[in-house]
Amino acid sequence: MPSKVKKPNRRNERAIFALGNEAVVEGALLAGCSFFGGYPITPSTEIAEIMADRLPRLDDGVFIQMEDEIASLGAVIGASLAGRKAMTATSGPGFSLMQEHIGYACMAEVPLVIVNVMRGGPSTGLPTSPAQGDVQQARWGTHGDHPIIVLSASDVHECLEMTVRAFNLAEKYRSPVILLLDEITAHTREKITLPEPGSFEIFTRIKPSMPPEWFVPYEESMRGVPPMPPLGAGYRFHVTGLTHDVHGYPTSRPEEVQNLMQRLFRKIDQFFYDIQFVEETACDDAEILVIAYGCVARSAHLAVVQAREKGLKAGLIKLKTLFPFPRPAMEKLMQHCRVLVVPEMNMGQISREVKRVNNGRAQVRTLNRVDGQIITPGQILKLLQKV
Amino acid sequence: MAEVTQLIHHYLRHNKKFPHVLCPGCGHGIVLGSLVRSIHQLGLTKDEVVLVAGIGCSGRIAVYTDFNTVHTTHGRALTFATGIKMANPGLKVIVIMGDGDALSIGGNHFIHAARRNIGVTALILNNNIYGMTGGQSSSTTPQDSVSMTTPFGQMEKSFDIVELAKAAGAHYVARSTVLHVKLLDRIIVTALERPGFNLVEALTPCHTQFGRKNKFKTVVDMYKWYKKNALPLDALAKLPEAQRNARVPIGIFVQEEAHSLEDRYVMLRSRLQEGAS
Repeated sequence: MPSKVKKPNRRNERAIFALGNEAVVEGALLAGCSFFGGYPITPSTEIAEIMADRLPRLDDGVFIQMEDEIASLGAVIGASLAGRKAMTATSGPGFSLMQEHIGYACMAEVPLVIVNVMRGGPSTGLPTSPAQGDVQQARWGTHGDHPIIVLSASDVHECLEMTVRAFNLAEKYRSPVILLLDEITAHTREKITLPEPGSFEIFTRIKPSMPPEWFVPYEESMRGVPPMPPLGAGYRFHVTGLTHDVHGYPTSRPEEVQNLMQRLFRKIDQFFYDIQFVEETACDDAEILVIAYGCVARSAHLAVVQAREKGLKAGLIKLKTLFPFPRPAMEKLMQHCRVLVVPEMNMGQISREVKRVNNGRAQVRTLNRVDGQIITPGQILKLLQKV
Repeated sequence: MAEVTQLIHHYLRHNKKFPHVLCPGCGHGIVLGSLVRSIHQLGLTKDEVVLVAGIGCSGRIAVYTDFNTVHTTHGRALTFATGIKMANPGLKVIVIMGDGDALSIGGNHFIHAARRNIGVTALILNNNIYGMTGGQSSSTTPQDSVSMTTPFGQMEKSFDIVELAKAAGAHYVARSTVLHVKLLDRIIVTALERPGFNLVEALTPCHTQFGRKNKFKTVVDMYKWYKKNALPLDALAKLPEAQRNARVPIGIFVQEEAHSLEDRYVMLRSRLQEGAS
């Protein structure tokens, strides 16, 4: 018999004091990520460093540092085709290099997650300062018309949560998913509680159930998302970045091209409700609505609380999905408001979307900052008082 | 002949609409034949083979074969292959690239794949030109030869693929021409059997885009050129030194043993798990 009675453990075993970048790793591993291919770049490097330590300890985990970001995403695509949940992490200059393979992943419908920790740009820009300048690049950076899913997070817990969601959406819709963070969110250290395994819904791609000889790799279906076998499982098919027919073979027949393009868009569009994540604060009676994302959403939250204290009817919509732009949710919330305030650390990239959805009904005020510094609650409050 | 057609029926796709994209006289089909024979000889199943291809004439070869086929982006085939092999080392990953594909736009990926010794067999189909886009110079277009983008002759020096692979640390480097089919079969079989990064360069004539602009009247003249100038290493050594420079050595240049990256990774994993238990 042990001589001492064991004291009840009051410490929360699952609480950690973590960087946003660390939370991304926790989220990815929780979601079942077992492959990371990357290239070091500030301010995303911690993700690669922690993955390099964690993945080889798993039964099947693979970390590989590639020669550049083009190669990183190429390796991630290869791993995903081989059946892995795979990801990479980068920042602006690396994200620019990845555009080629983002298009490939859209066209070949390869599930994967790209974390882009935004820093000041263009070009080498401000390597260790935050910005939100890659929003429209995430949407439209690769050539050709294409649908894509872009998510965002504003605090350390959200980094974890949105990474899990990013993997789920990638697997569900066979699409690349981009998680846009900013230097502040990625490098903020906060206490978070790691969720119990099983507390998050984890989605894994649907594999074909029919015998290989019946399998048509890009067959049209109600869902629009074809089942995806891993390479080597007996379902031999052709994967290509060329416009292809239902068998995966290159085609330029107008009706086959049209069918493919429409399905690629439809598979995302028809599940719009499943992809839009927005968080409301004091929106019910709000006349002034702040629309913000990333680290700026935290400033906006404080500004809205302070504005309420001063008697202003202010509210906040925090965007956790940036694209497809959460139009239905936004329209509902925007019905009664007079002014929309969009603070962002660029010259107006999400405000374009807001103006498009708003369609002239309310006044849209932008608040832009591009000096590598966060937009402060005071700045937002000042604007709220003015309008 | 029946044997050949049996191989065709077994290894090529039935539902893919032929004719293929390759020109009359092109050597790419000979490499494909050699690859199919090698896979057959080794008894590999179609399910375990992944054929990864780049962009260009060579890139179009994959679609005709009944393996797991991945037609990737220009120059990046090796990066996809690296991900596939690391994710599932049980697969036999073969990469088909052209010269412009592997060495111009993909030069960086090429040297790094060789350096890290990832377990793939890389076939470079070297026709000294960008064929599909209409005959522009590549990084292996010989100096002074004419192409659509070097109408006054190529001023730059060209890459020697074998030397480049050696310098980058490849443990198996071999070269043949499509005329020397038996050698080609032999080196592809060896390359497929070995662990790690194995490079096979196949010289293949492109009369349409290269030969006819560079004093080869017919494609047969290009094959004759191979016959005259491509010499096995031992035959080359017997030539007086002054005559060697004009010749193209063929054969096996490097054959060394080393652990592949994916093997080393498995070792790392078991080391970490031993430490943890």
